[in-house]
Amino acid sequence: MTTLATVFEKARAENRAALVGYLPAGFPTIDGAIAAATAMVEAGCDVIEIGLPYSDPLMDGPTIQDAVHRALENGTRIADVMRTVEGVAKSGAATLVMTYWNPIDRYGAERFARDLADAGGVGTITPDLTPEEAGPWREASASAGIDTVFLVAPSSTEERIAIVTECCTGFVYAASLMGVTGARESVGAAAAGLVERTRPHAKVPVCVGLGVGTGAQAAEVAAYADGVIVGSAFIRRLLDAPNEQEGLRAVRELAAELAEGVRR
Amino acid sequence: MSISEGTLITPADFTGAGSGGDVSERGKFGVFGGRYVPEALIPALDEVAAEYEKARTDLAFIREFDHLLRTYAGRPTTITEVPRFAEQAGGARMLLKREDLTHTGAHKINNVLGQALLTKRLGKSRVIAETGAGQHGVATATAAALMGLECVIYMGAVDCERQALNVARMKLLGARVVPVTNGSQTLKDAINEAFRDWVTNVDSTHYLFGTVAGPYPFPGIVRDFARIIGVEARRQVLELTGKLPDAVCAAVGGGSNAIGIMHVFIEDEGVQLHGYEAGGRGAETGEHALTLTQGSIGVLHGSRTYVLQDDEGQTIESHSISAGLDYPGVGPEHAWLKDSGRATYHGITDAEAMDAFALLARTEGIIPAIESSHALAGALKLGRDLGPDATILVNLSGRGDKDMGTAMKYFNL
Repeated sequence: MTTLATVFEKARAENRAALVGYLPAGFPTIDGAIAAATAMVEAGCDVIEIGLPYSDPLMDGPTIQDAVHRALENGTRIADVMRTVEGVAKSGAATLVMTYWNPIDRYGAERFARDLADAGGVGTITPDLTPEEAGPWREASASAGIDTVFLVAPSSTEERIAIVTECCTGFVYAASLMGVTGARESVGAAAAGLVERTRPHAKVPVCVGLGVGTGAQAAEVAAYADGVIVGSAFIRRLLDAPNEQEGLRAVRELAAELAEGVRR
Repeated sequence: MSISEGTLITPADFTGAGSGGDVSERGKFGVFGGRYVPEALIPALDEVAAEYEKARTDLAFIREFDHLLRTYAGRPTTITEVPRFAEQAGGARMLLKREDLTHTGAHKINNVLGQALLTKRLGKSRVIAETGAGQHGVATATAAALMGLECVIYMGAVDCERQALNVARMKLLGARVVPVTNGSQTLKDAINEAFRDWVTNVDSTHYLFGTVAGPYPFPGIVRDFARIIGVEARRQVLELTGKLPDAVCAAVGGGSNAIGIMHVFIEDEGVQLHGYEAGGRGAETGEHALTLTQGSIGVLHGSRTYVLQDDEGQTIESHSISAGLDYPGVGPEHAWLKDSGRATYHGITDAEAMDAFALLARTEGIIPAIESSHALAGALKLGRDLGPDATILVNLSGRGDKDMGTAMKYFNL
């Protein structure tokens, strides 16, 4: 199993940022997601975030909403998410689950952490779990030996950045802009400043996500962040592909472009 | 400057966003409430909470709110005794708090006027809101027009169709209405979309939340602004009958009209508090909005509360003939009132609500909102249980003009 610490150590040794790719479990199908994520790893992703499809994704833009809706229509369950993690972890990438809090809450924090660790997962990103409410999840994760990643945003005050980074193991997720997920023309101008404000508080690497979708943007972000997170742009490739083979080819191509970007 | 004799509200009527229940930390009602939102929104929520804490003890703010309630919203609203309706309730004495007589036709105006004033204090120029039945959207659009604020309303596409008249009203009032076409296309999806807008435009925008749900500080703020309903009603019932009512009844969707009338009575131990949820086609059919009576504890829209969810925490779509009660979550203070046993919650089916809707119209010449009809139907049952000596106060939270399309279909009018 590849840990986040190993990934960032390796990237640092190569004097580059790590590449983090996101895909929801069950999209386009359960096996299709495993195949696509594996292709992303083969073409250069160091870390994969497997999204746990949730009925009310209030931080996500239309692309991820669409994919997640399809995953739920496909009947994707938490057991499928775990199976996806297991499949993707075999590819050698450090594999996390990105999920809203309620599915974990309902499943049981300890049980979820244990099952994720058993599946070869290395941690979670929980975008709507604030530090004030995160106590039980941090405990369960620590017991299971998995990392907890939380988000800081351009609106975060120094005080909030300190509180959030204190809870982060693995890495800190810096949201590049004020908004929902989705590729954009340009990465938020606030991102570099946010990373700079976060560094003094963070004991772990700082990665930037939201709005990154091209090799050029990846290169731009890699200049100041330890990792570059890309989600919607991969999903867009799969949504636009006429068939599964073409979809795999397209995500592979994008991963290669981004991997080149983080090495510039 | 002081609050003069005879004003509707005093600083004591604003209990504070962090109050309620056995508060162990801010925004918590026992284990319920809290904040489950993207970190990006925390500063905005903190800003709203801090500004509200200043406003609620600021006599200038309270006077302005009081002035608007009197001269614009049409407060105080009266209470009306309904003996012919009460004949069907075992002869119990039945009093209706007439929120249907407020400007825009529902209790929602109280909260929006308060929050629109708060928006101005926050220095923001744009408000967004979600709406189910359209009443909160109309109320928000009204307050925005009054105060010169830009206004965008998110409304499920299904609800837009059910409540076409209210869509037209909002547009006429200058609001932009955005139909939400994802998910179940109802209130919960409108809330998701409003949150997405807020996180994108938070510098210029206040999310004028319409019910006592959502992350701290919304449940407390909305309750405080809706509390005028109970403050007036308690006084009015005492004046009319010389004693407190035996029971208070209200419909519960998100729960703002219910908490608005119930909250002042919480300390009055002899007063029973009853909330009525939408039973839809019946609890056994799975097509209902029985969040408190059939749901389980979870997190939805930023708050820990009772939720209609499956075994893996996916939200289950609710159903009700009334768009305003068609919501799979509920305010955290109601969750606490339920678990503490202080309030009791029941289900009322679509059919029971529509019977009460027609009965009040025919016996008293008052056409209630279908939402409020759930409380009326509950009061009919409760009256038979409590007997003829009981006095029951019912929150008639809105009028039924907006529901005539539904009524025409339902009754073949």
